[in-house]
Amino acid sequence: MTNTTGSSSRAEILRRVRQALGTTTATAAPTPEDIARDVPRDYATTHATRTPLQTADLLAEHLADYRAHVHRTDAAGLAATIARLLTERGSRTAVVPAGLPGDWLTDARALDVDVVTDHPGLTPVELDAVDSVVTGCALAIAETGTIVLDASPDQGRRALTLVPDHHICVIRPEQIVESLPQALPRLTPTRPQTWISGPSATSDIELDRVEGVHGPRTLEVVMVASDAQVTDFPG
Amino acid sequence: MNPPSTSQESQTGHGTGVFVGLPSFPVAARESTRDGQLRANLRHATHTIRAKRAVAIGELSDWGELRAAGAAIKDHTLAHLDHYLQQLEQAVTAAGGHVHWAADADEANRIVTDLVHATGETEVVKVKSMATQEIGLNEALAAQGIRAYETDLAELIVQLGDDRPSHILVPAIHKNRAEIRDIFRTQMAAWGRPAPQGLSDEPAALAEAARLHLRQKFLHTKVGISGANFMVADTGTLVVLESEGNGRMCLTLPETLISVVGIEKIVPTFRDLEVFLQTLPRSSTAERMNPYTTMWTGTTDGDGPKTFHLVLLDNGRTDTLADTVGRQALRCIRCSACLNVCPVYERAGGHAYGSAYPGPIGAILTPQLRGTATELDASLPYASSLCGACYDVCPVAIDIPDILVHLRQRVVQGGPVTQAGQRVTIKPARGHTTEHAAIRASRYAMGRPAAWAAAQRLATGTRKLHPRSLPIRTAKAWTDTRTLPQVPDQTFRQWWKQHTKNTNPDPGSTTPGGAR
Repeated sequence: MTNTTGSSSRAEILRRVRQALGTTTATAAPTPEDIARDVPRDYATTHATRTPLQTADLLAEHLADYRAHVHRTDAAGLAATIARLLTERGSRTAVVPAGLPGDWLTDARALDVDVVTDHPGLTPVELDAVDSVVTGCALAIAETGTIVLDASPDQGRRALTLVPDHHICVIRPEQIVESLPQALPRLTPTRPQTWISGPSATSDIELDRVEGVHGPRTLEVVMVASDAQVTDFPG
Repeated sequence: MNPPSTSQESQTGHGTGVFVGLPSFPVAARESTRDGQLRANLRHATHTIRAKRAVAIGELSDWGELRAAGAAIKDHTLAHLDHYLQQLEQAVTAAGGHVHWAADADEANRIVTDLVHATGETEVVKVKSMATQEIGLNEALAAQGIRAYETDLAELIVQLGDDRPSHILVPAIHKNRAEIRDIFRTQMAAWGRPAPQGLSDEPAALAEAARLHLRQKFLHTKVGISGANFMVADTGTLVVLESEGNGRMCLTLPETLISVVGIEKIVPTFRDLEVFLQTLPRSSTAERMNPYTTMWTGTTDGDGPKTFHLVLLDNGRTDTLADTVGRQALRCIRCSACLNVCPVYERAGGHAYGSAYPGPIGAILTPQLRGTATELDASLPYASSLCGACYDVCPVAIDIPDILVHLRQRVVQGGPVTQAGQRVTIKPARGHTTEHAAIRASRYAMGRPAAWAAAQRLATGTRKLHPRSLPIRTAKAWTDTRTLPQVPDQTFRQWWKQHTKNTNPDPGSTTPGGAR
């Protein structure tokens, strides 16, 4: 074989691809119509017809299936819920992204939890010493029990939700979608994303799932009910 | 079973990572099937996951449509691969990444080694990657004084145990919890933080030991190495699915990230992920969704590595693409569902396949990526009973039995193939010349009715003299596990002639020679 290196391998690989496809010139760029013709997309957009409340229930059920702790509250009770979860955990320090709504941690601060706002100088080693992290999310997918973080100001950089062992994540009602086909159009592909479905886990020992390896071993999800849901189902 | 100490890999003529000196599949399988512990471990694990997978897939009423869409997306991408590769390169570069092209394993290893050297570091953390396993990257790095730490729990077990991976998803599937505990107890200290005192064999305790062992490495290591499950051509986004969080650590905390990815991992658009993110986790770990998925596009200020290198790997993939029957193997998304249902894999274990890719997918991928020149690679298309369970579960509908038969034909007959981008004609593989001669003879006879009839008459006339097994060396192998069928006392032609003469034809009233 020819000994190819660097940029010549680029040309060689492209030549090989074209030879394999039976052409010597570049294949034309497929148009969206070409893709639509080649790829049948008659799979389902969602797998059931659900009301928003049913979708929220499904999300809660699927999150719990994979050992996330799910807590439901309304907007007025959010700060108290977060404070309670930090206290029950025994957390003395919590890190939050710079864009987290200020009132979410009001109650926790009153209980003497040291709330640190993330900044670029905070190293992974320092994050490792923090007890908990509190964030929002970009959206949540009910059918798969998934929370998506996209590094928006209320979620912060990826390391923030990775190194501390305890993650509290708040989901607002309008952020819940039913399925993957509903989720992807709402995301910006080029933002760094972390999709989370339950706490860290492994199936590496006898193909049996065990929770808790390198990522946060405890994931607490706080689902905020919409006003309509609160009216329908008080408390 | 004692792990083989030959975990070193080296490169063959066309630069593909090959486990040196490994026996052919039947020889290796003869050994492994005698290992009762191995068979018990594999049976337990594969049966556990089979049942769970069926439940996970049963939740989706549109599984067939998702499967068809997944296959179609991959086929479409492969048919325009040169376009999508360039589009991806452009998008990754525009997002601040650096793209490198590697024609074979040697070149990929050289590129990665140089990139690590340029950082001045001598240690890297790795997230499990089939591509780097395939090219023998860890060994290549070690030869240049760079220590690679595997961080996936199963890869860690394999690395600490000086073992070889035996499953795509769970490389240490051949080890049970007690064996894993013993490896941790005896080996962890040599690699870093020792195992905790009094470590039990509870999976949770073993996972905790791995967490403690690797924590400092994650926090301090400056270079991460990964593969990727998907690369989105139009946005330049890379996607890694994982469970433990070691992937997130390797992809997020180091200053430099190097990803080695096969060129077939491209999907055209971000939207295409809506198919594979439904089919891959359910096929792989039988979950609705795996715990963590990371997506990144080039570099982002203040979030994740400052430098990102993407190494696009060919290493036999374009040769596979040149085969119009075999190319569908490039659809593979490495879920390992085919391993978990395969009766041959369940009994022989992953090591017998002699490559990073065991099981049915390995039996069709390895002989295409590496060619069929070695005895091992030529034996792989035969490592199957053609039962078809692998095709049934494949989330991208790869017709594995069809490719197995196609590759058997190549092994027996030789013919035109593409090797390292060159079109060549190969001879029948060694050891298959008898089979080749027999097929040629039968083709001659079957094409000539008189000769065929004469041969059949000869066969029935001498049936008392036929042995139960064959004496010739290569033919004997066939009857080692089979009894030769008995030849009936008359041929069909003889029976037909007699029957139509004596009786009114009543099809089905009697059958010739006692056959069904």
